Amino acid sequence: MELHDFWFIALAGLFVGFFVLEGFDFGIGMLMKPFGRVAKGDREQHQRAALNTIGPVWDGNEVWLITAGGAMFAAFPGMYATLFSGLYLPLLAILVSMILRICAIEWRGKIDDPRWRQWADLGIAIGSWVPAVLWGVVFAALVRGLPVNADKQIHLSFTDVFNPYTLLGGLATAGLFAFHGALFARLKTEGAVRDDATRFAARLALPVTTAVAAFGVWTQLAHGNDWTWLILGFAIVSQLSAVMLVLSKGGDGWAFTCTAWTVAAVVILLFAVLYPNLIPSTLNPDWSLTVQNASSTPYTLKIMSWAALIFAPLVITYQAWTYWVFRQRISADRIPAPIGLSRRPM
Amino acid sequence: MDPLDVSRWQFGITTVYHFIFVPLTIGLAPLIAVMQTVWVITDNPAWYRLTRFFGKLFLINFALGVATGIVQEFQFGMNWSEYSRFVGDVFGAPLAMEGLVAFFFESTFLGLWIFGWTRLPRLVHLACIWVVAVAVNMSAFFIIAANSWMQHPVGARYNPETGRAELTSIVALFTNNTATAAFSHAVTGAFLTSGTFVAGVCAWWLVRARDSDEARTMYRPATILGCLVALAAAAGLGLTGDAQGKLMFQQQPMKMASAESLCHTETDPDFSVLTIGTHNNCDSVTHLIEVPYVLPFLAEGRFDGVKLEGVKDLQEQYQTKFGPGDYRPNLFVTYWAFRAMIGFLAVPGLFALVALWLTRRGRIPDQRWFAWFALLVLPTPFLANSAGWVFTEMGRQPWVVVPNPTGDQMIRLTVDQGVSGHSAGLVLTSLITFTALYAGLAVVWFWLLRRYVVEGPLEHDSEPAPPKPPGDDEIAPLSFAY
Repeated sequence: MELHDFWFIALAGLFVGFFVLEGFDFGIGMLMKPFGRVAKGDREQHQRAALNTIGPVWDGNEVWLITAGGAMFAAFPGMYATLFSGLYLPLLAILVSMILRICAIEWRGKIDDPRWRQWADLGIAIGSWVPAVLWGVVFAALVRGLPVNADKQIHLSFTDVFNPYTLLGGLATAGLFAFHGALFARLKTEGAVRDDATRFAARLALPVTTAVAAFGVWTQLAHGNDWTWLILGFAIVSQLSAVMLVLSKGGDGWAFTCTAWTVAAVVILLFAVLYPNLIPSTLNPDWSLTVQNASSTPYTLKIMSWAALIFAPLVITYQAWTYWVFRQRISADRIPAPIGLSRRPM
Repeated sequence: MDPLDVSRWQFGITTVYHFIFVPLTIGLAPLIAVMQTVWVITDNPAWYRLTRFFGKLFLINFALGVATGIVQEFQFGMNWSEYSRFVGDVFGAPLAMEGLVAFFFESTFLGLWIFGWTRLPRLVHLACIWVVAVAVNMSAFFIIAANSWMQHPVGARYNPETGRAELTSIVALFTNNTATAAFSHAVTGAFLTSGTFVAGVCAWWLVRARDSDEARTMYRPATILGCLVALAAAAGLGLTGDAQGKLMFQQQPMKMASAESLCHTETDPDFSVLTIGTHNNCDSVTHLIEVPYVLPFLAEGRFDGVKLEGVKDLQEQYQTKFGPGDYRPNLFVTYWAFRAMIGFLAVPGLFALVALWLTRRGRIPDQRWFAWFALLVLPTPFLANSAGWVFTEMGRQPWVVVPNPTGDQMIRLTVDQGVSGHSAGLVLTSLITFTALYAGLAVVWFWLLRRYVVEGPLEHDSEPAPPKPPGDDEIAPLSFAY
């Protein structure tokens, strides 16, 4: 295995980290509104309980994306340049929505006022739904191939990004993240919020599993090879296990672990069918960007490998420790009164 | 409309905007860590309240710094894809390492700090904010190392086969003298920002609450801390800026000639303080106030016998070397941004001196003008930071990668070679989107900061939380930040 192959795997690993971790952050954000609506009792307390489950970790989870972007720039500059300029508008939409989400999460509790919270909730909803759908669309579009020309430029048409396959991809990721988020909330809360989370997960189970399986099978049939069947099989088995655990009121931790594996397997499947291409060209296979023709020099890859081998285990260790520190379940009736300021000085 | 201009406007707007929040983050994290350390050592609740108070202001600010930082990383690929293709082998590494080595630490440990008040032992919790304080500064180093490579490319060679720059030594990239000088200068600027912020806010409260206990126990010591940091930073900015200037005279003579509106090569030219003229053509500039000896000292540390090259002569040299083209940056912006940077830097320095004088030997000032001065001084370090970056980035135009006079001459790129091949309309869409979004968020950011500053350190923050994990029935309010 050459270094550019290793970095293809490392890049996949960074996106696995991002989607497994940020996936449930998106899911919690997508379900914020229902959390406030379904159960009896103080809606605001339920929403706050849900949001506080990801409170200490969501920002650290997002760094997986920053690092994945940086790693793509460093290891595959050709891919970074062509893909990011080619997918200009989808990425713009993802950026704008993620900016809204960061500010909304961080600022929501700063002012204790219903109207203020409504705006923040809108920001969280947009900032969770839009990336959850668009990341699926973007990755599906990438796997399907983009019109890369001989000059490594992409002149995108609408149907390159939005077609039945990519829309199914968006549906699959959005559904999977919502399901994953519901299971995370189920694991991290108790009482009414946990009941709600279980209810959402049960309701999402069938449509989400169908969408993920359909997207996986389509991906496999259109782009896969013999051994990627294994990954697809694994994804479906872990998804079904999660569903079984939810319906049988089984272990919260196991159910969440199962969806984490489903998310990971779907991302791995997408990268596996892509290899050795980075961006398959729909115009001429010879114009595709591959791990060979779009990678950095062996020297740069070697430096980056050392940095990754030293620091990635460290990052995983202290992030895992963070989850351990905040392992306590949260319940809505034990959340203290809001500590935000009123809109105007008293 | 030229897509290049629109792309440059977008990069300028998003970058200047990003760097409003970043210096406060970089400078304030260590000061909060100091405040919390004082509290942990002395058990003095005043320092606990200060830690909580500035901690909240820090978080309001941090959110926007992070949110706008993602745009920075993405737009190299989105808007400057030819640049990314050309430099990716070199430039990507420090960016990726910033995420891996610094930003992961910063974000994860900040989460632990915000939510860990009652879940972590006191010393572990204190260690978290110190990790954040060190990591934000490491972030700054990686990003500035990347930027400095564009100002002074080292440790790389041009590969004629692939037509791109390739890294030959990561050590050279990280020990680039431009990087160490720029890093010390930018971080010192961040401390000027945070010192002034703490001093300004607390001095305003000091006058406002002059008859309370808090004035003596809390606002006065915090004002003095802020002033000392700001004063040290102001002096440090002079030193680091001087070092950076001397490198610039060697590495980017065109930038310094433009900063002085120096048209023709001269020996021992005077330093210009004020000029009038259109500045579009350096001959139209009339120098009104000039000071001798300063410029030779800035360039080479001597008072005479220094020959400085003028814009026109440099332009001719560049044309013979790199082919026809206009190698002059915008003179007006370069000249005035340089002076604005220095001018805005002087204000917090002056304020710190005044504040230290008024609070000498236990005094509590009651002058209303002083309270106003404290508020008015708050924006000045932000303006100085922005002016400094506008100077250093616009002063290297038209280059995006400035050729290193002693390096591989093929490693050079102009902005029009680096820009993506988008239509102007497409880039205009994102420019308008970002500008509108950023403007809206800036209003909220300012309003929130103002609201929290006016409210002051809160009552419920006056009692430190017990440093043990809460039992089953206990509510731990500090663990619920949202």
